[in-house]
Amino acid sequence: MSSDYNLSHLDELEAEGIYVLREVAAQFDRPAILFSGGKDSICVTHLARKAFAPARIPMPLVHIDTGHNFPETIQFRDDLVQELGVQLIVGSVQDLIDKGEVTEEKGFNASRNRIQTPALISTIEAHQFDACVGGARRDEEKARAKERFFSHRDDFSQWDPKNQRPELWDLYNGKHQPGEHFRVFPLNNWTELDIWNYILRENIAIPSLYFAHEREIIRREGQILANSAYLNLRPEEVPEKLQVRFRTLGDLTITGAVESDADSLEKIVAEVAAARKTERGGRMDDKRSQSAMEDRKKEGYF
Amino acid sequence: MAQGLLRFITAGSVDDGKSTLIGRLLYDSKTIFEDQLESIEQASNQRGTDGADLSLLTDGLRAEREQGITIDVAYRYFATPKRKFIIADAPGHIQYTRNMVTGASTADLAIILIDARAGLLEQTHRHSFIAHLLGIKHMVVCINKMDLVEWDEARYNEIVDLYRSFSSRLDIPDIRFIPISALAGDNVVDRSERMAWYDGPTLLNHLENVHVAADRNMQDCRFPVQYVVRPQTDEHRDFRGYAGRVAGGVFKVGDAVVALPSGMGSKVTSIAIGDKQMDMAFPPQSVVMTLADDIDLSRGDMLVRENNQPDSIQDLDARICWLGEQPMRPGIRFELHHTSREVKAVVKEVVYKLDINTLHRLEEDLSIGMNDIARVRIRTAAPLLVDDYRRNRATGSFILVDPGTRLTVAAGVLYT
Repeated sequence: MSSDYNLSHLDELEAEGIYVLREVAAQFDRPAILFSGGKDSICVTHLARKAFAPARIPMPLVHIDTGHNFPETIQFRDDLVQELGVQLIVGSVQDLIDKGEVTEEKGFNASRNRIQTPALISTIEAHQFDACVGGARRDEEKARAKERFFSHRDDFSQWDPKNQRPELWDLYNGKHQPGEHFRVFPLNNWTELDIWNYILRENIAIPSLYFAHEREIIRREGQILANSAYLNLRPEEVPEKLQVRFRTLGDLTITGAVESDADSLEKIVAEVAAARKTERGGRMDDKRSQSAMEDRKKEGYF
Repeated sequence: MAQGLLRFITAGSVDDGKSTLIGRLLYDSKTIFEDQLESIEQASNQRGTDGADLSLLTDGLRAEREQGITIDVAYRYFATPKRKFIIADAPGHIQYTRNMVTGASTADLAIILIDARAGLLEQTHRHSFIAHLLGIKHMVVCINKMDLVEWDEARYNEIVDLYRSFSSRLDIPDIRFIPISALAGDNVVDRSERMAWYDGPTLLNHLENVHVAADRNMQDCRFPVQYVVRPQTDEHRDFRGYAGRVAGGVFKVGDAVVALPSGMGSKVTSIAIGDKQMDMAFPPQSVVMTLADDIDLSRGDMLVRENNQPDSIQDLDARICWLGEQPMRPGIRFELHHTSREVKAVVKEVVYKLDINTLHRLEEDLSIGMNDIARVRIRTAAPLLVDDYRRNRATGSFILVDPGTRLTVAAGVLYT
């Protein structure tokens, strides 16, 4: 008899994500969704829409803007915010640079990835957010594999991975001292392939950058990077045209592209299912050391 | 994906080879990506270990790699054409037992690893007992490192017998034994040619086929209200929906329901996931229900059926695992979280503490410190709507939160 009540694994992951988002709305005074314009935060937003329908999503979207964005991402973000009727809050890295609160990296591999963290923290403090929902997934990276659903941050926004709170069943304890907050990850148990299968099943709109397109690129340390005004070219680096797509979307200067002719969701699912490299394999920000992600997360990174 | 999702935990003592086993499962099921393999080969070379150290895949923290131990649960994902798997790789050290409890609380199945040379250790007992306490109904005991005991059937049987005599006192309906070598791969994904005397399934084969859907409670209707959806927009001016995750039973549109604790009756008029209307809802679905009548119902309350109601109690008889770093102070008031409900609670009495190795009840030494398991009596400030944990994990479990530090200090299960 119970076989009539089997759920597909996507249904089960969706139910879990919706449950987590509702816990956030119920337990916190000032929650927010961290929205990068990438596929994972788009999925979180889609789950939030389902979790609170037919009401609007009861928390703002927060975008930490490095100033080095793909223009497509910004357009996509603005359209989605309009459609959902939610508030958008932008934390600007450029503002912090202009105010002299952070210093930009110099050199060929310079990126604003690391200085996103102070921008995020100052936005959290300015708006007194007590919970920030993110689209990070445990399968992305080995430090993220250790994350709880409700992940505690101290009043310096730091993560203490050696001493995480126990998290039992689905009884999420969001209690905290003033000034502390939580990062919450409804997609913790999703894999990259789950995300794509879900986008396909639900027919979720995503930025065109995820589909194969022709683009001017340069090759650096085995990576394919989109050429842009923000990239410092080495003398030997010559831009060329290539049919590519992006597996993750981050800051323009660090997001590696892959050669691909997957121009539909079905083809992307097939490509991801057959992939032999991880999606973050093209992320220059993770390549800096074995502990690159853990070190950034401890400081307060996403 | 006929079998859906299987969540399992790997447990056992330090050095019994948990991380290596997971590395092996991922490697042989072709889930490890080229760049991950390159990165761990590079790291293994730097440390001067022979070959790729597969445990580097799961030991994700700097402190773990430095010490070669697992501190916190790491979650790993893999799929075969038959099933999707979520692995919780639990730490073996006793001081990190609370992290093992975290991983076990959401698992359907537990793999307990035993080093064939060492046999049963204290952590084997502790982890098995915790798996039993947390109601895990399926256990696979992997006798590992068979390569180091010359694939000896007699040694395997000896450990199986020892484990059986221990586990006969636990309530775990499905226990299976498999001799393996995680390092060499025997009986993990591929059948071992060196242990022809073993004729059971390989570990992966068993994981693909074990049936866990029947473990969910589809009989007793329980819907803890998590959040009230009130759009207050022109389009949905009078809409009032009750959001939550079905904790038990099957709710159908048209069903008569009772709201607890108020006792008011009504009828389910709609069930939806997002904007999709459903005929029914069952565990573990997250839905929004609307009712025919405007009744008093909010977070912490529960919808049930008239003729099948949970117990409403204020004096709890509970088994707890103490997770706090500071010992339990008697008489202190806690916040108790149960389903979507929060109440004040006080531990009135420690009935006994458990000796994990012998399963003896200690009634003299009743001081409760980190990782201790005890039976306690708790009084709550308001009644809770509970079921026996063995019947329903969601309505039979709770946590205690320290009102000062706000930390989760105990996990509890109720036997009614």
